[in-house]
Amino acid sequence: MSKAQSAWNGVSFDGYCRVEEQSLVGMITVRGDLASKKLAKAVKDATGAKMPGQGEILSSDKGRAAWMSPDELLLIVDHAEAPGIIDAMAAALADEHALVVNVSDARAVFHVKGKAAREVVAKLSPADVSVMAPGMLRRTRIAQVPAAFHMVDEETAELVCFRSVGQYAYDLLKDAALPGGEVWV
Amino acid sequence: MLVLECPYCGVMADESDLHGGGEAHLKRFGPGSSDDDFETYLFMRKNPKGVHFERWRHVSGCGKWFHAARNTMTLEVYGTYSAQTYEPPQDIIDAVKAKHPEWEGYK
Amino acid sequence: MSTRLANGGRLIDRSKVKNFTFNGKKMKGFEGDTLASALLGEGQTLVGRSFKYHRPRGIIASGAEEPNALVNMGEGGRFEPNQRVTTTELFDGLTAGSQNHWPSLEFDVGVVNNYVARWLPAGFYYKTFMFPRAGWKHVFEPIVRQSAGLGKAPDAETFDADRYEHYYHHTDILVIGGGVAGLAAALAAAKSGKKVMLIEQTNHWGGRAPVDGGTIDGKSPTEWVDAAVAELDAMDNVTLRTRTMGAGVYDHGYVTGYERVADHTPGDGRPRHRLWRIRAGKIVTATGAIERPLSFAGNDIPGVMLAGAVRDYIVNWGVSAGDRVVVVTNNDDAYRTALAVKAAGLDVPAIIDARPNGGGALADAAREAGIRVENGKAIGMVKGGKSVTGVTLCAQQGEGGTLEEIKCDAVAMSGGWSPVVHLWSHCGGKLNWDEANAMFRPDASRPPLGAKGEGFVIPAGSADGEFDLGAVLENAVKAGLAAAGEGKMAAPKGEAEAEAPMTPVWIMPQGAGPKKRMKMWLDYQNDVKVSDVQLAAREGYESVEHTKRYTTLGMATDQGKISNINGLAVLSDALGQPIPSTGTTTFRPPYTPISMGSIAGEARAEIFQPIRRTPMHEWHEEAGAYMEPVGHWRRPYCYPKQGESHEDAVYREVLNTRENLGLLDASTLGKLIVRGPDAGKFMDMMYTNMMSNLAVGKCRYGLMCSENGFLSDDGVVARIDEDTWLCHTTSGGADRIHGWMEEWLQTEWWDWKVYVANVTEQLAQVAVVGPNARKVLEKLNAGVEGGMDLSAEALPFMQWRDGKIGEFDARAYRISFSGELSYEIAVPASQGRAFWDALIEAGEEFGVMPYGTECLHIMRAEKGFIMIGDETDGTVIPQDLGLNWAISKKKEDFLGKRAQLRSHMTDPERWKLVGLETLDGSVLPDGAYAQGEGVNENGQKVVIGRVTSTYYSPTLKKGIAMGLIKHGPDRMGEVISFPTVDGTNTVIKARICDPVFYDKDGEKQNV
Repeated sequence: MSKAQSAWNGVSFDGYCRVEEQSLVGMITVRGDLASKKLAKAVKDATGAKMPGQGEILSSDKGRAAWMSPDELLLIVDHAEAPGIIDAMAAALADEHALVVNVSDARAVFHVKGKAAREVVAKLSPADVSVMAPGMLRRTRIAQVPAAFHMVDEETAELVCFRSVGQYAYDLLKDAALPGGEVWV
Repeated sequence: MLVLECPYCGVMADESDLHGGGEAHLKRFGPGSSDDDFETYLFMRKNPKGVHFERWRHVSGCGKWFHAARNTMTLEVYGTYSAQTYEPPQDIIDAVKAKHPEWEGYK
Repeated sequence: MSTRLANGGRLIDRSKVKNFTFNGKKMKGFEGDTLASALLGEGQTLVGRSFKYHRPRGIIASGAEEPNALVNMGEGGRFEPNQRVTTTELFDGLTAGSQNHWPSLEFDVGVVNNYVARWLPAGFYYKTFMFPRAGWKHVFEPIVRQSAGLGKAPDAETFDADRYEHYYHHTDILVIGGGVAGLAAALAAAKSGKKVMLIEQTNHWGGRAPVDGGTIDGKSPTEWVDAAVAELDAMDNVTLRTRTMGAGVYDHGYVTGYERVADHTPGDGRPRHRLWRIRAGKIVTATGAIERPLSFAGNDIPGVMLAGAVRDYIVNWGVSAGDRVVVVTNNDDAYRTALAVKAAGLDVPAIIDARPNGGGALADAAREAGIRVENGKAIGMVKGGKSVTGVTLCAQQGEGGTLEEIKCDAVAMSGGWSPVVHLWSHCGGKLNWDEANAMFRPDASRPPLGAKGEGFVIPAGSADGEFDLGAVLENAVKAGLAAAGEGKMAAPKGEAEAEAPMTPVWIMPQGAGPKKRMKMWLDYQNDVKVSDVQLAAREGYESVEHTKRYTTLGMATDQGKISNINGLAVLSDALGQPIPSTGTTTFRPPYTPISMGSIAGEARAEIFQPIRRTPMHEWHEEAGAYMEPVGHWRRPYCYPKQGESHEDAVYREVLNTRENLGLLDASTLGKLIVRGPDAGKFMDMMYTNMMSNLAVGKCRYGLMCSENGFLSDDGVVARIDEDTWLCHTTSGGADRIHGWMEEWLQTEWWDWKVYVANVTEQLAQVAVVGPNARKVLEKLNAGVEGGMDLSAEALPFMQWRDGKIGEFDARAYRISFSGELSYEIAVPASQGRAFWDALIEAGEEFGVMPYGTECLHIMRAEKGFIMIGDETDGTVIPQDLGLNWAISKKKEDFLGKRAQLRSHMTDPERWKLVGLETLDGSVLPDGAYAQGEGVNENGQKVVIGRVTSTYYSPTLKKGIAMGLIKHGPDRMGEVISFPTVDGTNTVIKARICDPVFYDKDGEKQNV
């Protein structure tokens, strides 16, 4: 709907990396049996992506599907289409034990862009960013809040955290990307 | 600061990504249980100097609980495994016994 | 006096002058100087006063081990005390001031302590603190506070001008120390292709080798170091970092590295410090060794320095300690200093060697250079006050009878070298005593253990107790290969003069009497002398840890880097036991002090901690709301209007909500979806009441208890469909309760088919409250097709519906925490702000006002509703609160049920919830205790209850309260006493009453 707004309205900051909030991203939490063929089909229909394996995030033109835990996925889709996708998935999984729920508005999403994108994340997260190839997703923390991140490409890190701490996360990333903070490991 | 492998995610998780949950393999006693059993369940905890079976949650990660067999003195980790079991898997027990032949078991 | 030499100084660039001030005096140094070399270059030998006796103190070392030369650095937002001049890089505009003196460095009144030193022995503070107590408070403390302490605390109101950050780094191998051993170890390890990080605390590579000389693979150490660094730098798998100190080694290969990014370039926009939080598979500690002083009388007079440091200042910075330098030693290494002094064109009046047979090849070289060498001799005492004027020569074996006085202006001393075992020891690495070299060295068979039970720290080079250049390099390569776990590499061939064995010398001369021992400093920073340690031993402080605390030996900012071994030896001698029996004190991180800023990292100012914001947060701020923290959330406490007090605002909000229309941002309430075929069964376990039989479309208030039976959370549950429930939790309770549910599902009932999802932040929730609540919502719906029917018939109390309200996708709950007609409306968070705006706009004609948490609290208290955290404190069970109606008797089990059957929980003597109204209408103090008759077995007045919630009710125009009172519900109408603790000695009388003060029959909410 027209009056919808994201936590941070697509704001951005240019430091030695660029930090951008991604306005209104559709996100769906799915809990269920990841071995289920029906679920795999529903995920494919929803995102165009295959069922991701442990630690994976798979992308297609339509969306992404990320492995969050042995019985949880995160689907990333168009914000406006999320409710319809959820209804379709719920119908497709009606006779399975599954939970499909809209979390689009519960999240804030940021991109860190630049040669040192990994480095900016490494200032905040104890995860080993150097091993994170595109297609891998890591759930960890940045400073004091939980976050998940993956490399969209070699120079773009995408981070997802809770909406309520969106400003905190943005401020953290800005601070980490301040000129002069280059580490160049 | 410890590092434990989350058996669900397969990643080495920093202690700051984890939440400790105390002794593992407790048996719950509910209504109908004796006062002694209930007291033991609720309050009595092992505090061994040595091999210990613990509960951990990958709280900033997948959110799942898992178990770790760990030495409280040397900090050696014999293994981590699913929390959805009533007793430690044989390979974990073997790993402990290999290092501590005198070990009397987790109970 | 110290001075800058005309030539030399491998680390300085004489073409680049750096200006600085010391105690306001303008001075000059060069690029590459440390503050220490620059001060000495300017002849500033006196740099501070000692901690206890305010004795004049000079620089004695050239690195991190320096105990004396601590200064106040910088100004304003960059002021910091206790900065070590030997590890401070000089930069243009540096300002420093000496510490611990008053009124001036040259003339200090505290030095009077020096003259009464015999009454200020070890344990002085302990003894003083004992009694009389009044003396402590009024006499001793003010004096001690005035005269003790190093440095000046930064101004509390001045904000640190710099920023700091952390960096998480993962590496296979971390080599700590960039001397020749560290470089050789890193080269050996890096050949494996594994990830290697090499860190060095100073700004240059090579450590001591370029100063000490010899050859490596036929090259000078400097040439070899340059080549090694270039080789490492070219390798993709190697990370090199100078100005980065290995601060601490912790469990499972965790290491903190302290990078001083911009200490030498303040204000250039870079973070001042970066704390590296490193995970390393293996750690090589190539941390070198530290020279020990010798204990002779007057060894603390400015101008007495460590021999290695004297050499460093000449070779590295072109600075001499003095024109006539007496060298005193028990080992061969100090002869290198004598040769360096001589080579600089200065005089060495004598080398005083305590060993009866003297030294080896280096001694021969010294004699050849024309230096007088005295074997078996000692310094009887140093002459001088604020600077050295001479020494007396005596026999080491004697009592100190003067054989001769030797004029000099500096003394270079060496008591042997101690490996830097700190990082090896931090995480449990054990040490052995090496009798031949009189030092503790790492015991390779007892390393700190890692996750796989393997040693994860490998010492290398001098840090492992090797001092011969060839042996150092061989040892280091072995360590590097061991860290990599593979590979072969021939060690670079190091060649240096062979050294004759050293002889331990703990007191000089060995027969020195009490008068001399009172002037032999062990710990320069804390003013601990040989006599103090001997006194501690006599007074029964036999454990080295006790002696440390009693005498302060090895405490404070240097942690006894140069003093500990000498202190241990003196203590062992006094106790008549070998040194290994005494042992060492514990080595704890950090190796040298690191800044608080680096520990905090980015966590300061706005990002000190996460602040959680609701979708309407900005509106509240713009409306001038006074915010209060609720967990990490910030919620409006009230919305004061211009000139209105918070109290008045709250009362206005209560009355307006009761009479017209109030809006509350309830988005912080936790919302958890529980779904699955076994969800009903699960809900019945989680809640004390029955939730499985809740009809779809309806709501029920529920309680959750811990397994201890104590009430832990409450909230309204809605049945969404056959398999789905939605649970509201308290604000800030969502994550905890979500975790609680997951814990039971994952670890106890993992075969139950239930999924839980936390949708708290997906939804913005607004409580629309008051007689006009329905009107405003219906107004939003006017003219909108398919708007939700919000009538009492279509949506009765304690039910919910999905639908449209206006243009918003809404779920409406008819629930009330205020006793008024109330709808709680949830919309997607992205629509939250727009929905709130629409309500404010539409509500204008109905007298809408937003209300805050305090208004919410008052209204719920007027209705007798409990609040988690007020009525509960982790020891309260639902039965205490009269909530038996919400505890199912039909259910066989629920979390907490078994505990609530325990004898103490069913005890009729437990305090129970009642209402309280004061006889005079006043407000009871929060937390006030009710006093009963008589005293208990301890002679204390009997307490029979306490106030849990207390407010002024603007609705009822009087104070209202709730409390837990013994036998409370059976004592309705009784008046009990609440003594005040505000010093007025008054007692407030209150009558026990029903906790529901307002609209007992619920007529207002159920319309």
